Amino acid sequence: MSNGRAARHTPIVISIVIALMLSMAPVPAWAEPFRPDWLTLTLIYWSISFPRSYSVGIAWTAGLVLDVAQGALLGQYALANSVIAYLTVKFHLQFRQFPVLQLMATVFALLALYRFILFWINGVAGIAAPTIAYWGPVISGTIVWPLISILLLGVRQRVGR
Amino acid sequence: MAAATSNKQHRSPYSPALGLRLLLLTGLSILLQYVDHRDNHLDTIRKAIGAVIYPVRIVVDAPVSAWRWLNDATESRNELELENSRLQAERLLIQARLQRYAALEAENARLREMLEARARVHDRVRVAEILSVSANPFRHVLVIDKGTGDGVYEGQAIIDADGVVGQVIEAGVASSQCLLISDPGHDLPVEVNRNGLRTIARGTGDFNRLDLPFLPNNANIEPGDLLVTSGLGGAFPAGYPVVIVDTVTRIPQEPFAAVTATPAAALNQVREIMLIWSEPGTPLAGEDAANE
Repeated sequence: MSNGRAARHTPIVISIVIALMLSMAPVPAWAEPFRPDWLTLTLIYWSISFPRSYSVGIAWTAGLVLDVAQGALLGQYALANSVIAYLTVKFHLQFRQFPVLQLMATVFALLALYRFILFWINGVAGIAAPTIAYWGPVISGTIVWPLISILLLGVRQRVGR
Repeated sequence: MAAATSNKQHRSPYSPALGLRLLLLTGLSILLQYVDHRDNHLDTIRKAIGAVIYPVRIVVDAPVSAWRWLNDATESRNELELENSRLQAERLLIQARLQRYAALEAENARLREMLEARARVHDRVRVAEILSVSANPFRHVLVIDKGTGDGVYEGQAIIDADGVVGQVIEAGVASSQCLLISDPGHDLPVEVNRNGLRTIARGTGDFNRLDLPFLPNNANIEPGDLLVTSGLGGAFPAGYPVVIVDTVTRIPQEPFAAVTATPAAALNQVREIMLIWSEPGTPLAGEDAANE
């Protein structure tokens, strides 16, 4: 319990770094429109589990790193991720009670909002209007959510609590 | 919140003033984006974060590199010999062409001298390897393994063996990001090689298609025409092939014809690209700025 803090945070930070790597990993062009927003999904999970430690600050920082990695407008992913983290933390008590299907529906809505914020910023900055495939990650993200929550539940049980 | 006090953390379940923090971070993000969009004062921040995630990029790219290495390493001797002989034949052919090129260049220089035009500067070229392509399918950005340490600068033109690929938009220390000509936000001043007609080639978001949106219906352009960089934007040296015209649709009631073209470079297949260093102020540099 004495060094519990570091022991608890390291695996979580590693999971966030892995999510970032998955967002950058090269995949075949046909799979590109269905690459889930790994980082956002991971952040949603940790915001529900540990809302005190993992909220808007972490989401903003990780989002900023993603901005640089993607060559996006600096602050774009940071803003979208921190808004999602805010909503998740705000309603984390309700989310914890949800059955899987209802939580998937919630994740769907959160991902759609996330994509919409990015879309809206792109629109304001005058970066080309995307096609229908732009919304693919919302669906694939919702589908992989149960998988992510099982994986991260394993991490969570190992770090205790 | 009352329930939270019985929690073993003895505090409210989420951080104090969550809304205030979100508000601050939102303000900061908007400020960052505004400054980033207006001008490039944030290069240092980008470079710092870019340097931190450079090892991550290498790790992410490792499986692909390992696979390619393995492929190369296990290629049989027979295949290597075959490839060797093929390459030798190719080299001979290219050398033969190069001889002609040398003669043509000399002739061109002579003719230019006669026209009292400045001889075109010799462009310096260096090969770079692509580290990764953008994960965002709507921005055609790729990362290469050369940076400011190798003399790369922002706005530098990059080409492959067949034509223009794009330009550097962000030069880091050891890696740089490049915007492809097919990015929907990329415009490139070009001219028709056949008759010197100038226009703009605009990216469409499709690797195999560029649009030429500003050609009037009576413009002298046909399918099969080669368009080369005009050098008028100042960013690209003149004379490199960009696109080949695909279709020309003249619509009588519209002011402009709908012209589509295919990039000369294999934009979604390249693995190595070349960086060009050209002297600033090439002979044709005009004041029309390319809006990148």
